Amino acid sequence: MPMKRAVLAMGVILAFLSVGSSSYAGGEVVLRRGNAAEPESLDPARSDTVNAGRIQDDLFEGLVVLDPEDRPLPGAAESWTVSADGLTYSFTLRAGLSWSDGSPLTAEDFVYSFRRVVDPATASSYAYIFFAFQNAEEIVQGKIKDPSRLGVEAVDPRTLRIHLKRPTPYLLAELAHAKFMPVKKANVEKFGAAFTQPGNLVSNGAFILEEWTPQARVVLAKNPKYWDAANVHIDKVIFYPITSPNEELNRYRAGELDITYAVPNAQAESLRKTAGEEFRSNVQFESSYLGFNLTKPPFAGNPKLRQALSMTIDREMLAEKLLKVGSIPAYGIVPPVGDPAYKAQRVSWASLSQAERVAKAKILYAEAGYGPDHPLSVELRLTTSEDARKVAIAIASMWQTALGVKTSLVTEEFKMLVAHRHEKQVTQVFADAWVGDYPDATTFLDLFTTGSGENDPGYANPKFDALIAEAGKTLDTARRAELLQQAETLLLEDAAIAPTFNHVELFLAKPYVKNYRPNPCGYTYSKAVTILPH
Amino acid sequence: MTADSGWRRLLRNPMAMAGLTVLGLILLLALFGPFLAAHEIDEVFWDRIGAPPDFAAGFYFGTDANGRDLFARTLAGARVSLLVGTAASLISLVIGVTYGAIAGYLGGRIDAVMMRIVDILYSLPFVFFVILLTVYVGRSLSTIFITIGAVIWLDMARIVRGQTLSLKQREFIEAARAFGATDRRIILRHIIPNLWGPVIISMLLVIPDAILTESFLSFLGLGVQEPNTSWGVLIGDGAQNMMETPWMLLFPGAFLALTLLAFNFLGDGLRDAMDPKE
Amino acid sequence: MLSILLKRFFGAIPTLFVIITLTFLMMRLTPGGPFDTGRVVSPEVQANLMRAYHLDEPLFSQYLRYLGDLARGDFGPSFTSKDFSVTQLIRQGFPVSLQLGLSAMAMALVVGLGLGTFGALHRNRPSDHAVIVFAMVGIIVPSFVMAPILTLVFGVTLHWLPAGGWGDGHQLSYKILPVVALALPRISSIARLSRSSMIEALEQPFIRTAYAKGLPRRLVLFRHAMRAAILPVVSYLGPATAGIITGSIVVEQVFSIPGIGRYFVDAALNRDYTLVAGVVVFYGCIIVLFNLIVDILYGVLDPRVSRR
Repeated sequence: MPMKRAVLAMGVILAFLSVGSSSYAGGEVVLRRGNAAEPESLDPARSDTVNAGRIQDDLFEGLVVLDPEDRPLPGAAESWTVSADGLTYSFTLRAGLSWSDGSPLTAEDFVYSFRRVVDPATASSYAYIFFAFQNAEEIVQGKIKDPSRLGVEAVDPRTLRIHLKRPTPYLLAELAHAKFMPVKKANVEKFGAAFTQPGNLVSNGAFILEEWTPQARVVLAKNPKYWDAANVHIDKVIFYPITSPNEELNRYRAGELDITYAVPNAQAESLRKTAGEEFRSNVQFESSYLGFNLTKPPFAGNPKLRQALSMTIDREMLAEKLLKVGSIPAYGIVPPVGDPAYKAQRVSWASLSQAERVAKAKILYAEAGYGPDHPLSVELRLTTSEDARKVAIAIASMWQTALGVKTSLVTEEFKMLVAHRHEKQVTQVFADAWVGDYPDATTFLDLFTTGSGENDPGYANPKFDALIAEAGKTLDTARRAELLQQAETLLLEDAAIAPTFNHVELFLAKPYVKNYRPNPCGYTYSKAVTILPH
Repeated sequence: MTADSGWRRLLRNPMAMAGLTVLGLILLLALFGPFLAAHEIDEVFWDRIGAPPDFAAGFYFGTDANGRDLFARTLAGARVSLLVGTAASLISLVIGVTYGAIAGYLGGRIDAVMMRIVDILYSLPFVFFVILLTVYVGRSLSTIFITIGAVIWLDMARIVRGQTLSLKQREFIEAARAFGATDRRIILRHIIPNLWGPVIISMLLVIPDAILTESFLSFLGLGVQEPNTSWGVLIGDGAQNMMETPWMLLFPGAFLALTLLAFNFLGDGLRDAMDPKE
Repeated sequence: MLSILLKRFFGAIPTLFVIITLTFLMMRLTPGGPFDTGRVVSPEVQANLMRAYHLDEPLFSQYLRYLGDLARGDFGPSFTSKDFSVTQLIRQGFPVSLQLGLSAMAMALVVGLGLGTFGALHRNRPSDHAVIVFAMVGIIVPSFVMAPILTLVFGVTLHWLPAGGWGDGHQLSYKILPVVALALPRISSIARLSRSSMIEALEQPFIRTAYAKGLPRRLVLFRHAMRAAILPVVSYLGPATAGIITGSIVVEQVFSIPGIGRYFVDAALNRDYTLVAGVVVFYGCIIVLFNLIVDILYGVLDPRVSRR
């Protein structure tokens, strides 16, 4: 009978499925973290995403680390001095530092690693982060052929000296970035691109790489050779690349994750009420905005139209009704957190009520040559992400209601959108966002200098460029901040962009997870975490 | 078999008639949706974001995550999904049946080459095909169903070829050939009419396939553009949060399910009615 | 038989060649490069990157380079998983996808054929209607809805099975939900196909003759009817494989399974030329191989198809 055969066949299938099973040895303290996306690389020189960064923060340790408020703390370096002109930094490494294989870690290792990032042969897409170093730009551009002329030297095994070409007040914080983490020369030379694979990777952080199954998980184990190993209370950290926040939430609820990467936007509000202390948030050094293509009609030379559109976006409504706990209304490009010296700027009309803004926007819209009989038809480009779509739909509706603008939404997958934004040929209005690389206003303002690779609106204002350049030469913190603030005000008054909101990172962590505190720049260190018995 | 008796048999089949009625109703709803809905498909109600059904206010199906009327959007989605399903399956029907019948009937080297082409098309990742098309042709509804039709006719061609291979050995084909009928005539007059059974069944695999493929594309951001929508888009959005706002999945899901069921029942009825062996 | 096999095998080579060429061209002609990351990349750095991956060379020499590497079994470096070669990634992901796909296919065939035959034998009775309804469920519920429902019910609410992931690759519990989610639509299609072809077969004169000759019912069913009824199912195997490959993209995504379906989506959206081309060429080989098997099966099962 068919049933018998079916049963037999099912048996065969089940046998096929189960190729033995295993479980974890008891007694280990394991931290299981959602990490959204597969890291493109664990090589500090060749990665560029937050997802890789989070794993690197645990595997490697640079000269400094950042505390939860983005302040630099001693990492591999125990102390440092800065010369009076702000151009020379001397670091003293901790005594007795070693790699995970037991070999000594010296200033030479840092010199090698820094040179490797700017070496054109490495083709690091992040090499520009070194551009304040002497000769860095020239080496990356191939004008200087010898990477050893980079402004960094090992004075002795425990002393590292960095030579800058311009004062860089944020250099210390920047040094916490993965690009400044050390890699072991012998292994890089022996294994090439595969040096970061399990078994090949030697690192100096609190953890070492135990397993890496692409698209499944990255398993780290405690590094007994780490200088502060006595204070690391976790045996294993597992990173899971789970793309969808909904799926991640399911896994968290099923007890398969201890910390999530994000929270599904639609459920943020109810989770905030029901999840209690498990619901956690972190205001990020991030800005979301709409960019206008300033090189093409209808926005080229039409600041009134741009301002009218910007004013009719009801940011309070967006934040309160749609994005809820996940956002803060934004009226400037530099987020209000992250850079303590900088006073965040706001557009001049931020003090008006929304009704007053709409009234004024209608006048501007008419002055720009549009009206009920001659409405603006515009394309708004955005990525395919759920949240991006929700925001765009809401903004299109606000423009329609306030001004009668006809907006067609064009969703494009991320790469395509980025390519179109850079080309400035088909874009009109586009969604854009930026996360600061280091806690300083320039990480945002530099984008809008004439000819900058990321200047998607095509903003070109010599006054703005001059202010940014002047700030680059200024040592006095207050004066420098003032120049940068003037530059931001200029950018905002020109309405080259319409700031929309600052992102608040939301995540869930089980009640037994203690001391997990990401900072505004997005650095997270598992080594501080303790897990209570549960 | 005469068409007449086939129709009579179909009319006597209650399931098929139920399917036909449901399809008719959904078609009417789709066509007259704008008159039935109390709200526009793109109007945002800020105080009703993700709200459950409220008859008094005219939100019969509740609102979506953007505070838009789900009833209006479900009916708008019906138009798009039915259009994509029908257009894509017609494309697949015309190309697939012709192609499959020719390959199966002629056989030999021509069959081998033709099936090799099908293999090649099969193994091309159609995501790229779609990306290319949307870039060069421009993104529109017609791009979507042409793309889908261009992908799913392959199944039809396979099935038709398989059936033709076994049909052509049958006595009546041999007889026609003996009477000196041309290949063209044999394919058009003898092979294709005798393929209706399997073709209708695979049509019914093709329509849900087309509708679902459209939603897959919308997932990747390559499908229907906002504020327009389709069942696939609505269901995909609803499935994101089915625990908290189940109506967002339930209503468009029910429409899709009913439509697919109706197509299936109607198809089965047609199959029984047109079965030439009875 | 062997000569047919050899002939088909060599016939597949030009097919693969065309697949490789078309894939290569498609990838290169689509806008957006592998290094558009949304981050500042100065023109010099961009140039360094292009040089490192030979993307600055003329298209034709890139193509020749790719063909040469392929001939040595080297699919090239991956742009999105920079620390692994494409060959490594496929070697890693394929066993997972294969296991998932084969299990789903086996489940679909056994359950589908069983249900279809059962329905045909009890035609128009309530149990037949139950089969039809079950078959409908698999067709009308898209896998991106079915998968989260399974997760919510069995993973989150009942805690019977893991809500996602692949464990260490050896735990059965992680595999059940994805296999079921992937098999369901195929079970439905096969049940419907085999039900109608079984009904058709049962009405064929030779079955009636067999019954008239007094052969036992079991023998008639399994020796004669089943053989005729299984043909449409066999010719559905090709499409079913394609369906399982497409379906596995969704299922691997929803359950976070490290198979090549998941690489494929990631690679496609990130313009990872080499990984996409690698996966496509690989899938191409599998599909060509599978079609070869289906053709042979068809020839074996249907005596009316002449053996060329």
